[in-house]
Amino acid sequence: MLPDGGGGDDEERWLAEGIAGVQQNAFYMHRALDSNNLKDALKYSAQMLSELRTSRLSPHKYYELYMRAFDEMRKLEMFFREETRRGSCSVVDLYELVQHAGNVLPRLYLLCTVGSVYIKSKEAPAKDVLKDLVEMCRGIQHPLRGLFLRSYLSQISRDKLPDIGSEYEGDADSINDAVEFVLQNFIEMNKLWVRMQHQGPVREKDKRGKERNELRDLVGKNLHVLSQIEGVDLEMYKETVLPRISEQVVNCKDDLAQFYLMDCIIQVFPDEYHLQTLETLLSAFPQLQPNVDIKTVLSQLMDRLSNYAATSPEVLPEFLQVEAFAKFSNAIGKVIEAQVDMPVVGAVTLYVSLLTFTLRVHPDRLDYVDQVLGACVKKLSGKAKLEDSRATKQIVALLSAPLEKYSNIVTALELSNYPRVMDYLDNATTKVMALVIIQSIMKNTTCISTSDKIEALFDLIKGLIKDMDGAQDDELDEEDFKEEQNSVARLIHMLHNDDHEEMLKILCTVQKHILQGGPKRLPFTVPSLVFSALKLVRRLQGQDGDVTGEEVPATPKKIFQILHQTIEALSCVPCPELSLRLYLQCAEAANDCDLEPVAYEFFTQAFILYEEEIADSKAQITALHLIIGTLQRMGIFGVENRDTLTHKTTGYSAKLLKKPDQCRAVYACSHLFWTDDQDGIMDGERVLLCLKRALRIANAAQQMANVSKGSSGSVTLFIEILNKYLYFFEKGIPQITNTVIQDLIELIRTEKQNDSQTSDPSAEAFFASTLRYIEFQKQKGGSIGEKYEQIKAA
Amino acid sequence: MNYIIGAFKPPCDTSITFAEARGRKQVSVKKDNGKTTMVPVFQSMETISGEVSIAPVPGKRIEHTGVKIELLGQIELYFDRGNFYDFTSLVRELEIPGEIYERKTYPFEFSSVEMPYESHNGTNVRLRYILKVTIGRNYVGNIVEYRDFYVRNYSPAPTINNSIKMEVGIEDCLHIEFEYNKSKYHLNDVIIGKIYFLLVRIKIKNMELEIRRRESTGSGSNTFVETETLAKFELMDGAPVRGESIPVRLFLTPYELTPTYRNINNKFSVKYYLNLVLVDEEDRRYFKQQEITIYRLLDTPQAS
Repeated sequence: MLPDGGGGDDEERWLAEGIAGVQQNAFYMHRALDSNNLKDALKYSAQMLSELRTSRLSPHKYYELYMRAFDEMRKLEMFFREETRRGSCSVVDLYELVQHAGNVLPRLYLLCTVGSVYIKSKEAPAKDVLKDLVEMCRGIQHPLRGLFLRSYLSQISRDKLPDIGSEYEGDADSINDAVEFVLQNFIEMNKLWVRMQHQGPVREKDKRGKERNELRDLVGKNLHVLSQIEGVDLEMYKETVLPRISEQVVNCKDDLAQFYLMDCIIQVFPDEYHLQTLETLLSAFPQLQPNVDIKTVLSQLMDRLSNYAATSPEVLPEFLQVEAFAKFSNAIGKVIEAQVDMPVVGAVTLYVSLLTFTLRVHPDRLDYVDQVLGACVKKLSGKAKLEDSRATKQIVALLSAPLEKYSNIVTALELSNYPRVMDYLDNATTKVMALVIIQSIMKNTTCISTSDKIEALFDLIKGLIKDMDGAQDDELDEEDFKEEQNSVARLIHMLHNDDHEEMLKILCTVQKHILQGGPKRLPFTVPSLVFSALKLVRRLQGQDGDVTGEEVPATPKKIFQILHQTIEALSCVPCPELSLRLYLQCAEAANDCDLEPVAYEFFTQAFILYEEEIADSKAQITALHLIIGTLQRMGIFGVENRDTLTHKTTGYSAKLLKKPDQCRAVYACSHLFWTDDQDGIMDGERVLLCLKRALRIANAAQQMANVSKGSSGSVTLFIEILNKYLYFFEKGIPQITNTVIQDLIELIRTEKQNDSQTSDPSAEAFFASTLRYIEFQKQKGGSIGEKYEQIKAA
Repeated sequence: MNYIIGAFKPPCDTSITFAEARGRKQVSVKKDNGKTTMVPVFQSMETISGEVSIAPVPGKRIEHTGVKIELLGQIELYFDRGNFYDFTSLVRELEIPGEIYERKTYPFEFSSVEMPYESHNGTNVRLRYILKVTIGRNYVGNIVEYRDFYVRNYSPAPTINNSIKMEVGIEDCLHIEFEYNKSKYHLNDVIIGKIYFLLVRIKIKNMELEIRRRESTGSGSNTFVETETLAKFELMDGAPVRGESIPVRLFLTPYELTPTYRNINNKFSVKYYLNLVLVDEEDRRYFKQQEITIYRLLDTPQAS
């Protein structure tokens, strides 16, 4: 049989025997009580109480037995009271009589019971009786039995303490006696409780620890009683109660007791007291055993006090007066020093609590926050990056707290120790933290407006900005990475200053940082920077006067230089399509700033990219259309430059791979020769040339289709070209006449008939709607209507 | 002798009564036959007086050679049963030889009798006081009647009464210091004291205080010593640690103690000891015995 199972069964049996013994003797005791037989009552009650002398029960079972006896003792107490009231036996005699019992445990239970009656009778001062009782109880040195006896004493004396305002109040000093009594009982109980750990075989140590935990409330109850005593005011608490308790707690040198009792102190006494006695209370912590979980207790204390501060703002001056922060900070330092083996997570948790406390109680004292972080850095210094995930988590909590509180990253940026703490995080966590920071900025739409702060900010989020040493990029989840970089991109837009010079500085700073990002990051971050810079350009453009000033550093030119560098970096990634778009954007901005050479340069760069880097035909098409679109809007180029660029563009168009694409690009090029702006280019000849060329290509495309697929291709291209014709026709280009359009319509019609078997519904619809448009324009009348009049659409 | 008288039906009824018997304190005494009877209590230098009444069986007369009453103080040692050592013997003649026809009473008085020793009913020894009336007769045996009385002597509280304080121990094992508030206690006294543990290396289970009585009788090679434990009073339950001090408060009232008797008439002594016993978990006993003196303090008026 397993020894454990057997033990349990035996214990049940022993308990049953004990209960039976109690009941039997209680029965005789009741009989004696009914017949007013004091002698027998004492005899049987002593026998009943003798059942409590057992050593065989676990605390749990013993408690059960104790409760049985306890109930019976209540009856006995009533009898004693009745007996003394009747005068058949004076309480003094009774007090002696019960002490005749030979066994110490029953004797003391009886003594306590009569003691209670004695105090109630007021024949002797409560303090004397209590003092005697607490002193006599020393006779029980067995931890379990002693704890229960003293708990019984505490129970029966609770309402009889010579407290202020109590009916048992004695002379002026009686409150001291009440406190002294409870303290002494507490101290003795704690000693017994601690001793329990060290008695008995070593192999049952854990079991004993568990059993002790079940008993802790017996000990803690005393502190509760103390806190309930009216007369324990702040003065009393400060001078007597706390020093005595903490002395006992420190001296008992027991992990379990120290943890529990410190917690108890914090829980049972009012916050106000804690605040006023912080020094004493905190001085106990560094003296506790190295394994005591101080951080939990201390955190609890700080939590409580910060709640206290939160609930009643008028107490805040007190916090300042007692220098709560300094004391906490000091105590934590000492605790960490004292507990050499405390894991990093413990220390960091402490700092988190302190920080939370600071943020709640002294939200205006940023220097405190920085101090906390500084202390944390000090603790971490000399260590490698944290491996412990729990510690990391705590650091994240530590770093997040100020962000949440101030909801303004600018504040956090003033904390010089903030980035230093971050340095201790591993790469993954650094990133998480950086994201938290960015999210905080986003959430609160904080605008960061000086380059110094941005410098600091980028230092904080450097995990996102560049590859960290030894980082394993392969492990990276693509989605996460994108998410991160998008955040960074969004962040760049939050960096703003209305002052142009400062903004320029900001841009420089950002550029400096993001260029370190490497090929993977640039595609995400550069566009943000570019557009942010362009925004500045637009603003500068808005106030022309300043731009001319020589001294002003923030000129568009300067910005364009930056932009050029940046995009160049991006194009090296390589990421040609994106770079190209950005070049074009810049070119357009330069156009608006009347900086022809700059715009030309950007175009050149774009063209180079197109030629050298963009090989994919689809990408080419898109790029080409972008180029065309942009170039069309450029108004600043001189004839020569413009010719070069348009020529190049049309050249590219004609060199596209697929015929339809060629065709579309070519007819799009036609727009390059006709702009609506005043003093824009208006070269109808070349427009027509382009369109004709497009028609040729379309024709060729159809023939090719005929050859390769056996059927002529769609007429869509023709219809598209028709639409272009119509567009320019409406613009009033002299070279585009109604006859030309008429011919084209006819051409399309013929083509359609030739190709009746493969009718393309979308082409049909397109054509039909084009024709409808012509009709519509006709009916509109006016100058347009007249122009259209000659075209026969139907 | 009584037996013979009973058997032959005594010709007269003899009784001894004490003067002022009503107001006198009495104690119950266990007689030889196991019955208890109440006897009056006197103390030394008291006058013992009363009456002897002799009432002959109606129709009979008693011829005698004289009637006398004796006050005897006797010590009886049980190993020498039947032999009485009279340490006190006083005689009063009540009647010269003659005849008694009818009931007759004779007053008697022993004034200021010196009775230095207390009555004592021990294990091996008895000290008793008796009044003995003898009606002397010639041919049939004397008619003898006894009347027991008790003597208790009170002493004043001693002027010097030092506490008992001592440090004892077993090297590197157990060191204790104990203190009893006095060395001399009266019968209703309380022993107050404390046991202070200086060093505890053994696993103590409990500690008790015993009151032991040692009665020694005889002398020389014929000395008999009888020790009995009158009280076992548990002081402590469980194992103390260094620095603990355990209070002692033992009321003597519930125990049947006598004063300490030292060398009573060179026949016997009764002494009392406090025995402090520590029991360890293997039931080994460690003890230290200390003699205390017990005396009888005159009851103060308020103690009823």
